[in-house]
Amino acid sequence: MLRKIKQYLKSISFLDLLKGMSVTQRYFFKRKVTIQYPEEQTPTSPRFRGIHALRRYPNGEERCIACKLCEAVCPALAITIEAEPHEDNGTRRTTLYDIDLFKCVYCGFCEEACPVDAIVLTEMADYHFENRGEHILTKDKLLALGDRYEKEIAQDRDVEKVYR
Amino acid sequence: MDGLMVLALMLLKVLALLVILVVAVLYLPYFERKVLAFMHVRVGPNRMGPWGLLQPVADMVKLLNKELIFPTASNRYLFVIAPMISFGTALMGWAVVPFDQGIVLSNINAGVLYTLAISSLSVYGVLVAGWASNSKYAMFGALRAAAQSISYEIAMSFALVGVMMAAGSLNFQKIVQAQNGGFWHWYWLPLLPLFMTYWISGVAETNRAPFDVAEGESEIVAGFHVEYSGIMFALFFFAEYANMILISALIALFFFGGWLSPFQGIPYLDRWFAWVPGSIWLLLKLSIFVYCYLWFRATFPRFRYDQIMRLGWKVLIPLTLVWIVVVALAVQFHLSPWFK
Repeated sequence: MLRKIKQYLKSISFLDLLKGMSVTQRYFFKRKVTIQYPEEQTPTSPRFRGIHALRRYPNGEERCIACKLCEAVCPALAITIEAEPHEDNGTRRTTLYDIDLFKCVYCGFCEEACPVDAIVLTEMADYHFENRGEHILTKDKLLALGDRYEKEIAQDRDVEKVYR
Repeated sequence: MDGLMVLALMLLKVLALLVILVVAVLYLPYFERKVLAFMHVRVGPNRMGPWGLLQPVADMVKLLNKELIFPTASNRYLFVIAPMISFGTALMGWAVVPFDQGIVLSNINAGVLYTLAISSLSVYGVLVAGWASNSKYAMFGALRAAAQSISYEIAMSFALVGVMMAAGSLNFQKIVQAQNGGFWHWYWLPLLPLFMTYWISGVAETNRAPFDVAEGESEIVAGFHVEYSGIMFALFFFAEYANMILISALIALFFFGGWLSPFQGIPYLDRWFAWVPGSIWLLLKLSIFVYCYLWFRATFPRFRYDQIMRLGWKVLIPLTLVWIVVVALAVQFHLSPWFK
């Protein structure tokens, strides 16, 4: 009986509701943690796996030697490579290096398999396609990406050097 | 010629009220989004203009540009007329709301009765919308709205019966004047249970959280207005927010002394704040209640349907009935300082 009265008084005084409201009001004044995306970005790890790129040596020569290890290791079968001897010096070079971004799972195995650090995953996670077919990263596009982000790629590889 | 002048003046007054109301209703969703965001530790809309202040304009332009979709199976005539009922009644309620001593569109004697009638009518917009859409979710929403409004309408009316008895009038001016004399003379204290009842049923009546089962976006998508798009949806939206402000204004008028200064009767403070116009006090008071609407929405989970019915029939109605008797006795024996 006494418990019932206590229960009743508690519910009629709206104590529980007021308690809940005080919580929301406290959070109202809390510092906001939102990151304003395009202007602010969360820090990324040097091991971040974003869009792919093909690197070159400092003298401008492509690193890729068409060993096809990445194609073999790719669990999603996203990489297609065709190779032929280079017309100038007869070294093995790719004539076709396509990555299907719709198939790619960004596991980074290709990067790990690569003996010459040619195919890498950059820190760039924000990209989009506007037309059909643009999801295929051709060799030209990959090399262009590599040229564009070479500084960041080299820096990340340098940081991670000790663990590799 | 004289009649024409009166008509023009009246139209001008209506227009002024409409403009103020439309701006308020435009910015209330922005305010709501900001408050909710802040309580979620987010920042809310901040892209359109400084601090996102142009967001309502962007929303309005977007809604105006949307296609109006009429479901094939819907009753075309009722489908179009439902948002108009909602919108119209939401505006009509404002006709008798006074903003200061004598500043009111029509100072009718049965003002309280009028607001009760109009707020009951506004439910028809929801009902007709749910019925005309001919969709199961809309139908559910309408049914829920019907049951909810019936049960809370009673509690709401009974709460106002207490106010009428205390003030001895149905006129808003007289009700506010009867509360003259400072913070402790307002009706919220002697009519505390009635005030709580009116507040709770006001939230239920406007279909706001935690009583938003008619909309129930997580259970029945959007309830009665699932099938509406573009400007017709915007009308429902407008009606909801106009009703929120109206209910807040009514609470301020009935229980918190309307345009009376809260510092009345306190030495010094009374004189320092004497220059503040009454409409500012009313605005401040109603803003507090509007803020509480948003605060409730951020805090409370939606009531289960049987809980709503239980609260309405088993708690609020008996409570008001008992308190009406108490008020009647207090009025009879001139309990000072409230009932002279």
